[in-house]
Amino acid sequence: MSSSALIMMLCSWAIIIFFTLKFFIKVLKNPEKEE
Amino acid sequence: MAVQKERWGTRVGLVLAMAGNAVGLGNFLRFPAQASLNGGGAFIIPYLISFVVMGIPLLYIEWAIGRHGGKYGHHSTPGMFDVLGKSRLLKYIGVFGLFVNLTIAAYYCYIESWTLSYVFHSITGTFSEILPTDFFPKYLGLHEDSIFAIPPEAVFWFVLTLGINVWILSRGLAKGIEIAAKIGMPLLIIFGIVLAIKGLTLDSGDPGVIESPLSGLNFVWQPNFSGLTNPTTWLAAAGQIFFTLSVGMGSIHCYAAYVKEKQDIALNASSAGWMNEFVEVILGGTILIPIATAYLGLQAVQAATLGGSGFGLGFLTLPTLFNNWGWFAPVAGAMWFGLLFFAGITSSLAMGQPILAFFHDEYKLSRERSAIYFGLATLFLGFICVWLYPGGAFDEFDFWTGTFSLVVFALLETIVFAFVFGIDKGWEEITRGADIIVPKIFKFFIKYITPLFIAIIFIGALIKPDTDWITAFSNLFNGNGWPFAADSVIGVVFHVGTEKYIWFDNGEPTRELVKDGTRLLLLLTFITFAYLVHNVWAKKKAKKNGDVI
Repeated sequence: MSSSALIMMLCSWAIIIFFTLKFFIKVLKNPEKEE
Repeated sequence: MAVQKERWGTRVGLVLAMAGNAVGLGNFLRFPAQASLNGGGAFIIPYLISFVVMGIPLLYIEWAIGRHGGKYGHHSTPGMFDVLGKSRLLKYIGVFGLFVNLTIAAYYCYIESWTLSYVFHSITGTFSEILPTDFFPKYLGLHEDSIFAIPPEAVFWFVLTLGINVWILSRGLAKGIEIAAKIGMPLLIIFGIVLAIKGLTLDSGDPGVIESPLSGLNFVWQPNFSGLTNPTTWLAAAGQIFFTLSVGMGSIHCYAAYVKEKQDIALNASSAGWMNEFVEVILGGTILIPIATAYLGLQAVQAATLGGSGFGLGFLTLPTLFNNWGWFAPVAGAMWFGLLFFAGITSSLAMGQPILAFFHDEYKLSRERSAIYFGLATLFLGFICVWLYPGGAFDEFDFWTGTFSLVVFALLETIVFAFVFGIDKGWEEITRGADIIVPKIFKFFIKYITPLFIAIIFIGALIKPDTDWITAFSNLFNGNGWPFAADSVIGVVFHVGTEKYIWFDNGEPTRELVKDGTRLLLLLTFITFAYLVHNVWAKKKAKKNGDVI
């Protein structure tokens, strides 16, 4: 696998994993409050 | 104001159901082919830009319209659009949200039933005895030159799949859809990770392996930055984002309508959207093409994905390749098609819910009865797809409902949200109760950039050329006219590329008759929904006047 392909893949994965976890963890930490 | 009774059981359940709605077969079959065809690793740049300036804003818009409509007791789009402004015509825009869901469910449940059937055949070892390339046409009942097919086995699996959908829908949000999402989504991700690891660790010493799976990964990710100056790449990226998020359907609106008025939608929408990207880019890009490359070689995979879809590889090739995995073959087959089944059913449930909600809200039918009506309508339309599959009915459904109508509805809803409901009210709706700070730039995106992006996708679909866009424009400026592609909207309407446009040939019905007949059926379905909406609002008006008198 070429280094440019590897860099593109890892950078994309890093961005997507970061935001997926960031938002999903926040959802898990904030279960809906009853009004 | 009507009192809402049905709610999501948990917030995680809602986010998983929304993510499941977005995650579909395209995440695994279409994305890797589109990426490798349009710039490889460079594709991700316009893809992520489109996600931020069009995808996320559209998610915000649809969640906001949904929660706003839910406040007034509306869980389907006609009612939701009716309360966005004063015009009586707005509710008819919402008809798209019923029409699109029913008609897509009709053919989508058919594909979903193939995956369920393939799980069964993988476990029972069918594909170790018969090649999928021989199995598939027989399964669909395809005969040379015939435009009709009555495949008993395919019909059985279709009815079973539809029955499962109706049963889950009839159980309600928390006990049906939410449980399905809580089971389906984690399993889908686990199956995907197992298959990705197994595929990427294939070694040249393993039986049948002729090339490193990393060559396949390289094929998907090798950046070709010159592609970034080509409009085709941008259109493909924007189109992929648009279709992967299940926007322009009315299903996101419907799920969001069950969220309480002051509860967050911004974080939920962001979480579900990024989860879809995780499944699409990380799992979708890592399973199909690397495994196929290991056994078939890169050249064969390149040829198989030239059309921009990995459908053939997924259904016709992969089951055979799994046979190289010994005792693990049936497990791998069941995991691959199980993964596709979970991706499919979490989406088809989201198509059913708006129809149920419409009958429940507006006609006061019980959930069970509404689910049965949805099942019967889907069975009827789906049977047309099954019976006339060889004649092209399935493709007509996919084009007019799964492609064209989505873009039209998304364009209209964005304009209505930003300019009729008003961007200031809309922004207040998006940010009310938000558990994250939504960057204000999204207000600008929603008003100007998102509609522009969707309009470009729409025009791109309308006049798509049969060559590269740059070549097409140079042809035009050289006075050689515009070469409409056969699958552009104008090309489809005017049967571009059809040798003989006739309905009967020697007394036998032709594919052209099937195509035109299917279009008429779809039009009648839209008109029927519009009539139902008209009828309900006329009764509401009469009741209101009667009450006043």
